[in-house]
Amino acid sequence: MIEPSLVASGSEVLIGVVVAVPLLIVGGGVAIGLRLRGRGGKSPVPPGEVASDAATDVELARSADAAADAAADTAADTAGAAGAAGATRAPAPTDGRAETPGPPAPEPGPGPGAGPATYRGRLGKARGLLSGYLGAVRSKGKIDAATWDELEEALIRADVGVGATDSLLADLKARVKAGEIDGPDALVEALKADLVTVLSAADATLSLPGSGPGSVEPVVEPPTSAQRAAGAGEASPVDVWLFVGVNGVGKTTTVGKVANRLAASGAKVLLAAGDTFRAAAGEQLSQWASRADADIVRGAEGGDPSSVVFDAVQRAEAKGHAVVLADTAGRLHNKVNLIEELKKIRRVAGRPPGRVVEVLLVLDATTGQNGLAQARVFLEAVDVTGVVLTKLDGTAKGGIVVAIQRELGLPVKLVGLGEGVDDLVDFDPAAFVDALF
Amino acid sequence: MFESLSDRFEGILSRLRSRGRLTDADVDEVLREIRTALLEADVEIGVVRGFTEAVRSRCVGLELSRALSPGQQVIKIVNEELVGILGGETLKITYASRPPTVILLAGLQGSGKTTASAKLARWFKQQGRNPLLVGADLQRPAAVEQLRVLGGQAGISVFSDTTDPVAVAVAGLEEAKRLGRDVLVVDTAGRLSIDEDLMDEIRRIAGAVDPHYTFLVIDAMTGQDAVSTASAFHDALSLDGVILTKLDGDARGGAALSVKEVVGRPIAFASTGEKLDDFDQFHPDRMADRILGMGDVLSLIEQAERTMDQDVATKGAAAMIEGRFTLEDFLEQLQQVKKMGSMSGVLSLLPGVPKDLKQASSAVDDRQIGQVEAIIRSMTPGERVDPAIIDGARRVRIANGSGTATSDVNALLKQFKEMQKMMKGLGKGGMGGALGGLGGMFGRGGPKLSPQAMAEMAAMGGPGGDLGGLAGMGGDPAAFGGGMAPTGARGAGGSRGSARPKGKGGKKGKGGGRVTPKAR
Repeated sequence: MIEPSLVASGSEVLIGVVVAVPLLIVGGGVAIGLRLRGRGGKSPVPPGEVASDAATDVELARSADAAADAAADTAADTAGAAGAAGATRAPAPTDGRAETPGPPAPEPGPGPGAGPATYRGRLGKARGLLSGYLGAVRSKGKIDAATWDELEEALIRADVGVGATDSLLADLKARVKAGEIDGPDALVEALKADLVTVLSAADATLSLPGSGPGSVEPVVEPPTSAQRAAGAGEASPVDVWLFVGVNGVGKTTTVGKVANRLAASGAKVLLAAGDTFRAAAGEQLSQWASRADADIVRGAEGGDPSSVVFDAVQRAEAKGHAVVLADTAGRLHNKVNLIEELKKIRRVAGRPPGRVVEVLLVLDATTGQNGLAQARVFLEAVDVTGVVLTKLDGTAKGGIVVAIQRELGLPVKLVGLGEGVDDLVDFDPAAFVDALF
Repeated sequence: MFESLSDRFEGILSRLRSRGRLTDADVDEVLREIRTALLEADVEIGVVRGFTEAVRSRCVGLELSRALSPGQQVIKIVNEELVGILGGETLKITYASRPPTVILLAGLQGSGKTTASAKLARWFKQQGRNPLLVGADLQRPAAVEQLRVLGGQAGISVFSDTTDPVAVAVAGLEEAKRLGRDVLVVDTAGRLSIDEDLMDEIRRIAGAVDPHYTFLVIDAMTGQDAVSTASAFHDALSLDGVILTKLDGDARGGAALSVKEVVGRPIAFASTGEKLDDFDQFHPDRMADRILGMGDVLSLIEQAERTMDQDVATKGAAAMIEGRFTLEDFLEQLQQVKKMGSMSGVLSLLPGVPKDLKQASSAVDDRQIGQVEAIIRSMTPGERVDPAIIDGARRVRIANGSGTATSDVNALLKQFKEMQKMMKGLGKGGMGGALGGLGGMFGRGGPKLSPQAMAEMAAMGGPGGDLGGLAGMGGDPAAFGGGMAPTGARGAGGSRGSARPKGKGGKKGKGGGRVTPKAR
């Protein structure tokens, strides 16, 4: 029974506080926040904390970090604490230990896309599911209501999503009505063509080492520090690729595969173990470094991921690596603290001599509609340049990439088709759509 | 573009108030909306079909009640059906008469098995058992090491070897017997359901250690594939239950419904974060709300109660209501809120929160909380208690002290004054009045629930009624009212720290049952 009470119930209090606080802050505070982002250096760094070389931004978060650390001590059980803990680790100076010196660069290997990992081979089993639908559609002589139902079901089952499905089918219906499509076969072909068009809309080329703007011939060895000191030409920036995404999608494995491919084509690759949170993540990436003939920079577990990336860029410049591939910890996109941490990693990675040329969102093909939300947040936060769609060798179709492309303009650039180091192919929209049907 | 389910229903059904019953045509329209909502929530399309049929049979000819709007009635039915499927038998672990009780975890790559293994073992330890972990994932680089680190954190030893997964599992079982452990938790490598070799391998592992419980670990953000994967694992292993992971994300989690429907075994546990203690019993009623896009208020309350200092919060509330809430009090409350983690995460759990507020709030981060804190800390105690004395000179001093501009200080003071006024409303109209006022603050003064409507909801929802006031916020009472009402006694309960109602009573679900292990 509701009765106005003088003292609100415990839970009402909590809701009230929880709601009132951000409203107060939002009302007055958003303006504060916006203005302060433009300024630097005005807020006090708490005494005793030393700004690391990596973080030359005087982050206002620092003072909040220190306070949050104190608060976190007394309340370690919040779901958000994983994020808070992650974002409030004091920057630990990385000692760059455990860099495994790489062997001499191997002979240039087979070009990208060739080799045992092809769509059709791996997707053979998965094909069966959907072709059943379209087989039924095609075998009927005409297009009727059941046809549309079956097409809709096929698309939904592929995780294309209600919105994109409705839109695609509405367009096709209009064309059928206008007489542009005359039968089920033509309809299926038109649907496939539409999907391919959507998936080809954005540029899916990778910014490979040596392919930077203005550079025509591949840069094999950037000048060493000694050479630069001797004035032997401009220091070329260090290309950095960031791998981001939620937990369990296959970021670390993908870094290993990409490293392998780049190393096979002659580039000197350096991995940055930017996942400093997950137990044994550095060890996992080290094993990939060995498989891929790449070097690796690791930091202290629980340390600041930005520092690791910074150190890696420095090392790459010093030792002449063509590219730094930075792994990051998996993070759910609705955890603001962790997304802030990621923004910082990107900022640090992009400071000269670092140049962020790819920010790849690694996405699990089994992901449903939440994939779109993930893409949206990561895109906004760190300017994702493309998607790596993993685990496509399973039964999941990965259709969410259609919505991601349609709504966000984000192309799929690479596809993961297994757990082996070679199981990586360039995205091919036509083959992808074909293999779905 | 999120539009609440009941909003959609209201649109369809608003014209029905004059008529007495729902017709076939009405029901068809409503079912289309339900179908869309469930598909958007990633419920598998076949499961959606079956579900909507079940709802149809309950809706056709439904006599419209006078207390609830048709939309609310339909939501209630949908919610009950969902909870019925998601709930049902609870998994009760029955320990083997001859220890150890063997638990086997299986699932796709990246679903969270290794973390879940450690959490589960820790859970058993908390139940007073003496578990041993077995790292049988020899495929993923450093998987065993990861388990060792987690085991170390939980104080549970981990057994592994470098032979092959079946041999490791067997050896682990022997080791458990040798050490006198009474529970064995076996982590395995992720595997595709269509990988015949690996599915064969997990069958062999199961054959070798004869688990008492086999759990499928599945990611809450899984899409349509959930059914195909769950069926395949169930066929291979005869699952006893499911562990749903990464529920701290914002995926609606329709996979839970799909898997439950297809496997027919309980969802035993919910993993709600990356830390070892982020492991709870699964709550069907909360999952139902979440799938329908209605947020998870109870989790929010639990989170709040867990992390906030109750005394501080209540003291602050008393001050709020009695109109003597000062900046000092606010500073204290700020600390509490900071403990709860990200603002947007917290707000995203509240239904009926206007979207722009959610978006604006996601811009609020520790940085901004830090700023507000700094400003207040730069005030003297006297200023905090009575901001009216803060003149121009004081504002400049405060601004300088906190590294902000005087306009920031002005803005904060102004907002605070508004908030004080609004808080006075807490004493009078209850939370609804206060929060309705909040809506007004942002120019979105939504229709507050009439006292009669609130009373009706209270009557329906028992002690849950006092959360009805939240509907006043954001101008979306129907959505929230509709959402909260069917879930019955799962409201705030009106007292802090008290046991929460279990959420299964009074529903049409089957009573709590026992799942006994397979006969050995």
